[in-house]
Amino acid sequence: MFGLDKKDSGLLLVVIALTILAPFILNPFPESSAMAQFNAGYPDLMQRLVIFGIFAIGFNILFGLTGYLSFGHAAFLGVGSYAGIWMIKLLTLNIIPAIIASIIVAGLFSLLVGWISLRRSGIYFSILTLAFAQMSYSLAYSVLTPITGGETGLQPKVSDPRIFDAALEEGTTPRANLFGMFMNDSYELALGGWVFTFNVGYYIAAALLIFAFYISIRIFRSPFGLMLRAVKSNQQRLNYTGVESRPYTLAAFVISGMYAGLAGGLLVAMDTQAGAERMFWTASGEVVLMTILGGAGTLIGPVLGAGFIKYFENIVSKINETILEAWFSFLPAGLTDFFVAIFYPFIGKGWHLTLGIIFMLVVIFLPGGLMEGGQRIANLFKRKSDKDSGAGKSQPAPAE
Amino acid sequence: MGILEVKDVNKRFGGLQALSNVNLSVEEGTVHAIIGPNGAGKSTLLNCFIGKLDPDTGSVMFNGTSLLGLKPHQINQLGVSRVFQTPEIFSDLTVFENVMIACFAKRDGSFELNAIPSVASQKDVQEKAEQMLIDVNMIDQRNEDAASMSRGDKRRLEMAMCLAQDPKLLLLDEPTAGMARADTNNTIDLLKEIQADRGITMAIIEHDMHVVFSLAEKITVLAQGTPIVEDVPENIKGHPKVQEAYLGGAHE
Repeated sequence: MFGLDKKDSGLLLVVIALTILAPFILNPFPESSAMAQFNAGYPDLMQRLVIFGIFAIGFNILFGLTGYLSFGHAAFLGVGSYAGIWMIKLLTLNIIPAIIASIIVAGLFSLLVGWISLRRSGIYFSILTLAFAQMSYSLAYSVLTPITGGETGLQPKVSDPRIFDAALEEGTTPRANLFGMFMNDSYELALGGWVFTFNVGYYIAAALLIFAFYISIRIFRSPFGLMLRAVKSNQQRLNYTGVESRPYTLAAFVISGMYAGLAGGLLVAMDTQAGAERMFWTASGEVVLMTILGGAGTLIGPVLGAGFIKYFENIVSKINETILEAWFSFLPAGLTDFFVAIFYPFIGKGWHLTLGIIFMLVVIFLPGGLMEGGQRIANLFKRKSDKDSGAGKSQPAPAE
Repeated sequence: MGILEVKDVNKRFGGLQALSNVNLSVEEGTVHAIIGPNGAGKSTLLNCFIGKLDPDTGSVMFNGTSLLGLKPHQINQLGVSRVFQTPEIFSDLTVFENVMIACFAKRDGSFELNAIPSVASQKDVQEKAEQMLIDVNMIDQRNEDAASMSRGDKRRLEMAMCLAQDPKLLLLDEPTAGMARADTNNTIDLLKEIQADRGITMAIIEHDMHVVFSLAEKITVLAQGTPIVEDVPENIKGHPKVQEAYLGGAHE
């Protein structure tokens, strides 16, 4: 299908099915039940799930294939956001120019940063990218305030030029759209006790995620992808085989920068605002966590990692002391207080503590990320069924 | 004129004269061995051929092109392939992928943004890589991880990668160092076979006299950075200067 082999086509179909059915999958609990707080099927979160999925897919093309660990990719996301918001302010509230501009501008910026940073490898490369990202953040916050809006960031205003659009009436809110379909429009479907929300912005972002995922499969399976894996495996051998590694790593860097730009442009398209905090180093670190947690170098791992982190961030942050008390209320009073006291630091604002522990456990016990976990479980079942059928001859499948 | 011409090469590291006035000519189609005791400057000389070091003075010409100042990938694209002392392969990839990388490097040059068609659709490269694996008797191992192979097999794979590039000159840096006797003999046989089938020019740096005398048609003996004798193998064995260079230290 579309030039993919059977296995990759299957993978693509799984991603397509998951994204289309996400409003159902993420809303498993009836609206009135106590578990409804764990539903994640509302537009804002679903949009962020796919947008950060795109960001992680792009990051994985650089980190997963070449092994170059960039600690500054949020800068490209941020630059993409600014480019997008300016298109919305200057040209039109239609999101197409914003998304195209965010990809191009982030691509050019990553060409500059990559051209300089890729002179070094290993930890020095990581530090250089981190330095660039922090410089971008500081500039956006201070001297570039006329372009970036500084601390307040940028939002579309009724008074913006928007040369392609008809003037808006005073007092209306400018809303981003795609040929008249507004990003924040939703259709709600009530089925029994459940309410499912189908959001325009989500499905546009999801379509782009599918496209981004498809391109990433093509890159992984191409001669270019093979060369990138060779860079990771043995750069010296590659050079003595007649290949110059820097153009390859630079191309991978720019491609992943453009993915980050697309994610930044989509963030702007969904919430029509841009701020410097998107470039802060913790945002760069987050995409590293997503990729490693899901499984660096695997196709679908980074998407799962992004979904996992964004989902649990949302869920765990929402749990508060009252909910904890309700959970442990079946215990004697003393024990209730004890358990609440133990779990309290990990919930609400303590989400990062939970994330840190999950990350440590994954890195120590599943260095290949969630994908390796899945693989191990699959192998376990395979071995069991082999034993049952008495064959027992099949060799363990090589890890992907 | 040889395919590789080394003229008046000098290289100094601080107080150490590593190479002094080295003149060497490797004739096309021959196997030329460079031997010498430890510290004679063999590796330094090799590093001057491959873009790792530039000599202080003198010239290194390959097929009429100066190699000085060129990067390793540029020298390789001219037709010089290198086999390392410890086999250097892409150990995270499969045997077949290893050879395909060499085929792509030969076909596409030092860089090509070939990001959309799949590797599987590149039939010319697939066929060539398969042929190379058949030539070195590794076709049964094509889907194995390169990391899990024995040292002898890694050497074999490295040879297949070099051959996939149709090199004009093959540089071998102690190709049997650290190998068991059986692997050493296999490697000698493989090199002989390659030489017989393809007539590739080879320059070998070697410690092991057994290997040198089995393969070389011409031998240059280096001692203290200078070539002292250059002759056919039969005349090298009993040469007084060679014996002195190898055994001389024992008398002092």
